[in-house]
Amino acid sequence: MHKFKNNTLTFWMFLAPVLFAFFMVVIIPFFVGAFYSLTDWNATARAGATLSFVGLQNFTDSFTDPAFIYSFGFTTIYTILNVMVINIVAIAVALAVTSKLRLRNAYRMGFFVPYLIGGLILGYLWQFIFNQAIPSIGESIGLFSALAEPDNYMLSRIPTSMIALVIVGSWQYAGYIMMIYVAAIEGVPQELYEAARIDGAGNWQQFRNITVPMIAQAFTITMFLTLVNSFKQFDVNYSLTAGGPATVFMDESIFGTELLAMNIYNTAFVGNDLAAGQARAVVFFVVIVAFSLIQVSYNKRKETEM
Amino acid sequence: MMKKAPRYLLEAVVLAALVVYLYPFVIVFINSAKDSFNVTQFPMALPENWGQLLVNMETIWTSPNIRYSSSFFSSVLITASALVFVTFFPAQAAWVLVRTKTRTSQWIFLAFVAALVIPFQIVMFPLISWFRTIFEITGIRLLRTYFGMVLAYLGFGLSLSVFMYHGFIKSIPYELEEAAIIDGSSMPGVFYRVILPLLTPVHATIAILHGMWIWNDFLLPLLVLGKGNRIQTLPLAVANFAGAYVKQWDLILTSILMAMIPVLIFFFIAQKRIMKGMVAGSIK
Repeated sequence: MHKFKNNTLTFWMFLAPVLFAFFMVVIIPFFVGAFYSLTDWNATARAGATLSFVGLQNFTDSFTDPAFIYSFGFTTIYTILNVMVINIVAIAVALAVTSKLRLRNAYRMGFFVPYLIGGLILGYLWQFIFNQAIPSIGESIGLFSALAEPDNYMLSRIPTSMIALVIVGSWQYAGYIMMIYVAAIEGVPQELYEAARIDGAGNWQQFRNITVPMIAQAFTITMFLTLVNSFKQFDVNYSLTAGGPATVFMDESIFGTELLAMNIYNTAFVGNDLAAGQARAVVFFVVIVAFSLIQVSYNKRKETEM
Repeated sequence: MMKKAPRYLLEAVVLAALVVYLYPFVIVFINSAKDSFNVTQFPMALPENWGQLLVNMETIWTSPNIRYSSSFFSSVLITASALVFVTFFPAQAAWVLVRTKTRTSQWIFLAFVAALVIPFQIVMFPLISWFRTIFEITGIRLLRTYFGMVLAYLGFGLSLSVFMYHGFIKSIPYELEEAAIIDGSSMPGVFYRVILPLLTPVHATIAILHGMWIWNDFLLPLLVLGKGNRIQTLPLAVANFAGAYVKQWDLILTSILMAMIPVLIFFFIAQKRIMKGMVAGSIK
């Protein structure tokens, strides 16, 4: 290794800026937050002053709060739908743009474009489409006049609002996932397809027996990415539905389209209950860590099988 | 081999799908060139007068309510300075972590990697109260300032940066450094003269990944900069404007269009690199 007099000094000097930011922004807030989730921390209290320890109270309260239970269920359904739609669209487009189409590079770019724009801005854009553009089609074309009824607007009911959230979330993300599939498909050796064609395999058989097993590694990546990102969705939720319309669940009036990230935010800032918001964030964190551990162990197992 | 006819059919289907897929952008564009009456009455029609587009853009750019121009410059300043920090410092750190084979070094690297799974939600509330505490103790303002914003981006971005630089630096042959050492270079000198120039492709990938994130980010600036601050980023400006008013769709859509234009220009200039960089970042 290096034969410098001061290499310990250099080691710490080079690490200092990064360690400083890491402690200031991640480590200290992380542990302070874990502690706060066990206290009665609220918006009016200053840090450190008159906090009392309440044990797991915030967690038990959360799991009996209708808004949180509803939000958890809503987020689960949203995540499942989003993962399915994104991956189906992405793989279909990826197959198309890796075949011998003339404009395949233009298609790749085109489908990728929505991913470049932030979810917040896209949410407002789609709000215009659902609340103005689609109803206007109903007004001008008699056959679709039902679309112009305010009760039929996508964002005025919960099930269709869920669909709207999935449309926007998938529309934004599918192009990115497509590119991961494209990279994987292009990595499959062409000889395999040639050999299969000589043996008389059709398009479907080639896809099923060559493409799918050869891109299995990409599946674990895309599944994990879409799962975690759908679960964390906040921006589109904030700008597209803002949690509405309202509904009644377990005899309590709550937001009908509130994903978990928004529930955490609202609990702390709208409900002024920082400790409860923090406890929910801890639950949120545990779910994401569980996803990550499953993915890592699955990848490990895959690698040893190969 | 695929026969000719199905191939043209597939070409047509994919092209049609792409047009539908990108149609929302067309809707933004045509409606940015309408006045407030036409935008709600005829959202699907072509504008009567394209000149209205410039009128709307000028309104957005100069309106004191939206403060679009100052938000634009704040976004540029925050993104650019955060990118300098989130590439340079982690590159330094990753290099000493690769070249120092001690237990401390391994533990530090492991801590950075473990932090990759931490979602922003679990640190966001304590972060704000911690920044406020620092102000009360030292008088240094981190909330509602550029400095606090950039520090936060360094904190949240460094894990991925260190991880990616670490992977790349491991593949650089040590002989290159030895040659410089024999020539009498100091340890920092080896980094600045030998390693840093080799890292250019990684800088580009990391700058793209973090740049897209920082430019589009909403929740972190909302918490650190706050609502109604003198300093605000473009997503905050759009959210304030689109959320606070009786829906002025003509101007909201123009503000959306104007927020998208810089990203799209950047994408068309460097699209190969951007798409490659984003995919490389996912397979970490």
